[in-house]
Amino acid sequence: MSIKLMIVDDSNIIRSKITRTLGEHHMEVVATAANGEEAVAQFARTKPDLVTMDITMPRMDGIECIRALRRINSKVLILVVSALADKATAIQALKEGAQGFLCKPFSETDLTEAMDELLGGTSNG
Amino acid sequence: MDERELHIFLDIVSHYFESQTGKLPELGSPYLGERSALPIYDFTGVIGISGQRQGCVYFTARRDLLRQLLLHVGESDVSDKNLGDLVGEVANIISGNARRHFGPDFMISVPVVVEGTAKSIQVPSTVKAYILPLRWHKMVASLVVSLQ
Repeated sequence: MSIKLMIVDDSNIIRSKITRTLGEHHMEVVATAANGEEAVAQFARTKPDLVTMDITMPRMDGIECIRALRRINSKVLILVVSALADKATAIQALKEGAQGFLCKPFSETDLTEAMDELLGGTSNG
Repeated sequence: MDERELHIFLDIVSHYFESQTGKLPELGSPYLGERSALPIYDFTGVIGISGQRQGCVYFTARRDLLRQLLLHVGESDVSDKNLGDLVGEVANIISGNARRHFGPDFMISVPVVVEGTAKSIQVPSTVKAYILPLRWHKMVASLVVSLQ
């Protein structure tokens, strides 16, 4: 059974890269969103198991979005994928409820390894 | 800005190209730019900086470089929409990665993408702008850093 994934990032290129990479690893992209507001609106309807979350986005940033998603479903797995490379941001994201942090720029291998770690080594199927 | 800070940006740009394409860019010597003669190529991604440091960082590149870069990152759609998206994302990554050195008070905006060479980019009038020229596969781009 595939894992249902939602991708939240304001860059179309990043959304495409994550879709391509994880689509080959038994994940089904059930929703994409270009900002936190769109993500919250789609989350309850699409019920993803896992979310990749950018931080710097218009309208609602990733930290606020993590808080909102956590209020809807406390169990969803969240991997932050952000260019913000300082430790304080990573720590804040983890405190808010993300389980992993991947810094941009990332390779396909970086992404699948981060997913493997998040899922306990299952994303390669 | 001092030489050490300029090197931070040079290292980040080099790492970006090497990690995404396997090829380092050729970096030119950084120079201080006149506000009226800052480089602007076909697509420009601008990041506003606020917090402890104020100013802007922008990455500007020719269409041919962005097309090749898109293909290297696995994106076959080389429409203008994606070229603009890419130039904004490069500016975002360079500025965001700089927080590793400048800390979380180096606040970055979402990217603003400017298409075409006719418009000028407004940099703070009281702050010097450093231009970091680069070539990648003989195609040109520049990073402009203007920070208080």
